[in-house]
Amino acid sequence: MMAETLVGATAAVASSGLALWPVAIPLGAAAITLLLRRRPALQRGVMEAAVLLMLTASVWLLAHVAPGRVAAMAFGGWGAPFGVTFVADRLGAALTVVTGLVALAVTIYARAEIRARRRRADFDPIFLAMLASVNGAFLTGDIFNLYVWFELMLVAAMGLVTIDRRPAQIDGAIRYAAMGMLGATFILIGIGLLYGATGTLDMASISAALAGRGPSVTLTAAAYLLFAGFALKAGLFPFFFWLPASYHTAPIAASAALAGLLTKVGLYACLRVFVVVFHGIGQPTVPGLSVLFAIVAAATMVLCVLAAIAQIDLRRLLAFHIICQVAYMMLGLALLSLLGIAAAIFYMWHSMLVQAGLFLGAGAVGRATGGYDLRRAGGLMRERPLTAALFATLALSLSGIPPLSGFWAKFLVIDAAFRGGAMWLGITALIVGLLTLYSMSKIWTDAFWRSPPRPGKLTRQVPPAMAGAVALLAACTLGIGLAIGPVSSFARAAAVQMLPPATAAQGAEQGTQQGTQPAAVERRRQPAAMQAAAVDGIPQSATAGRAP
Amino acid sequence: MSVIYAFVAASLFGCGVYMVLSRNVVRLLLGLSLVATAVNLMIFQTGRIRSPQPPLIPRGASRLGESADPLPQALILTAIVIGFALTVMFAALALRSYRDRGTLVNAGAGPAEQLGDPFAGGTGDDG
Repeated sequence: MMAETLVGATAAVASSGLALWPVAIPLGAAAITLLLRRRPALQRGVMEAAVLLMLTASVWLLAHVAPGRVAAMAFGGWGAPFGVTFVADRLGAALTVVTGLVALAVTIYARAEIRARRRRADFDPIFLAMLASVNGAFLTGDIFNLYVWFELMLVAAMGLVTIDRRPAQIDGAIRYAAMGMLGATFILIGIGLLYGATGTLDMASISAALAGRGPSVTLTAAAYLLFAGFALKAGLFPFFFWLPASYHTAPIAASAALAGLLTKVGLYACLRVFVVVFHGIGQPTVPGLSVLFAIVAAATMVLCVLAAIAQIDLRRLLAFHIICQVAYMMLGLALLSLLGIAAAIFYMWHSMLVQAGLFLGAGAVGRATGGYDLRRAGGLMRERPLTAALFATLALSLSGIPPLSGFWAKFLVIDAAFRGGAMWLGITALIVGLLTLYSMSKIWTDAFWRSPPRPGKLTRQVPPAMAGAVALLAACTLGIGLAIGPVSSFARAAAVQMLPPATAAQGAEQGTQQGTQPAAVERRRQPAAMQAAAVDGIPQSATAGRAP
Repeated sequence: MSVIYAFVAASLFGCGVYMVLSRNVVRLLLGLSLVATAVNLMIFQTGRIRSPQPPLIPRGASRLGESADPLPQALILTAIVIGFALTVMFAALALRSYRDRGTLVNAGAGPAEQLGDPFAGGTGDDG
């Protein structure tokens, strides 16, 4: 056991820098672009190069951790229970790659949409800072650091929403900011309580400290407060009202980035904290979470799909679908089984790509018809067949039509629900899937199929950059759909690797009993690597100063 | 001592929540700041109020004796800095909103909700 721990540590230390680059590159480039404000062409060049570099670094990191290694890095040489660590496992690394793909598509799209005026309003540095904070949240191993990235994300998102300084944008940003700050407060109280109970902020160490502990008032309060904060960030019921009131006011490139990335970070935090820190699988440290998750997921799903059907503005309609999709991931988490978590992880990858793609597609529709009002749109299938085909691919993926990734994502979640004995959740998800298809077909008939309501009004050309950005994401969803075998087994491996060591064995057993192929249980995981990293950081005796 | 801290944090929380419920944007901002301050006090409490000694290991010794817990203080400093950034950003938004609309009271549906509202006859044509 000891030898294994050391092997894990050396593997982690040898590659430590890798986990830093997906955050450091956009953060550094944000500073550089800020200095280049007077030279918009150069500024754009730096931004585009930084996004490409970031994607490369993320792919490299993923290739490194894919065999089951963990790339960990402790800042300032202070190891796990004291210092801030970055830990890249399969889940975190894969999410940074997906973030990179979304960022690349948005960057391509921005060539057509973000002109000199918005560049002068600092689109490039704010966008890069947002990417850095999203990647930071995916890679950090420290729960307080996670909170810091959430706040940075909020500031950057407010900057992106208010880029034109329109009254609607300012109003939307106020709603967003007020709710975001309140959510961050909930998260901070939860973190404070957890620190009081365990004496550390490192997620793996908190998890180890809580292992085998029974329910207590402090832990229950901490868990529910953290859930309130993360649910607010993810836009779950009953905290979703800020999202459709703000996202649609931003320029499309910005709202696509927000739609693709931000809500998923809230859900990612839920996954990490409730599965890893609070031992959601096996013997839960906090009672009642599973029921709460299930109710929240089902309520969000049903309400938001119905709200989406009522919308006539394409961007608002899609904003409600963002939340509806997050609810599917929450459903996977609510099952608190290995299958459910693997399904939620797969759903997250799919949803980030497709949501961003649909927003970019909506931008192309808006450019062609001159607005986002579905009652005035029409005739795009005849006049803009390429845009129509690309939008249709993404819309069908969202509604869950094979062979696109959306079908597999919904299939995995609903399959996990039925196998886990949660019949009512599975049936709700199926009905909501049908309503999603109806909502997408409404867009299709209004904007693409029927002849334009005002005959003689010609549609405008869609710039190649816009079509190219949508095509990139449509190709991603088709590619994942066709390569479903490797991708879904990777999602499962990521779920197995994520679980704390004690529960991983149980989870794997549970998975095999349920009739799927057994996955190799990864022995070399975070706590081992990070505890070993702590040894050379600080004398162990220093812990004596605080007995929790 | 702890009880006093707890009471102060609780009353700050109460006042903050009361102000957050206001429709006035400036009161909302002040309420959020009060809540953030209450949270900071609470985090300070999680380090236990024990000893005024700085957490330094004396020369020649290998153990840290009785001392204050430095981590909550570092957390609070970080939280204050972040809270300051957000408060400034929010205040700028409130000022801009006041200049646009001539009022700080956010009653009814604002411009963001009117944009593309299916029930208000609004249109989504702005860009």
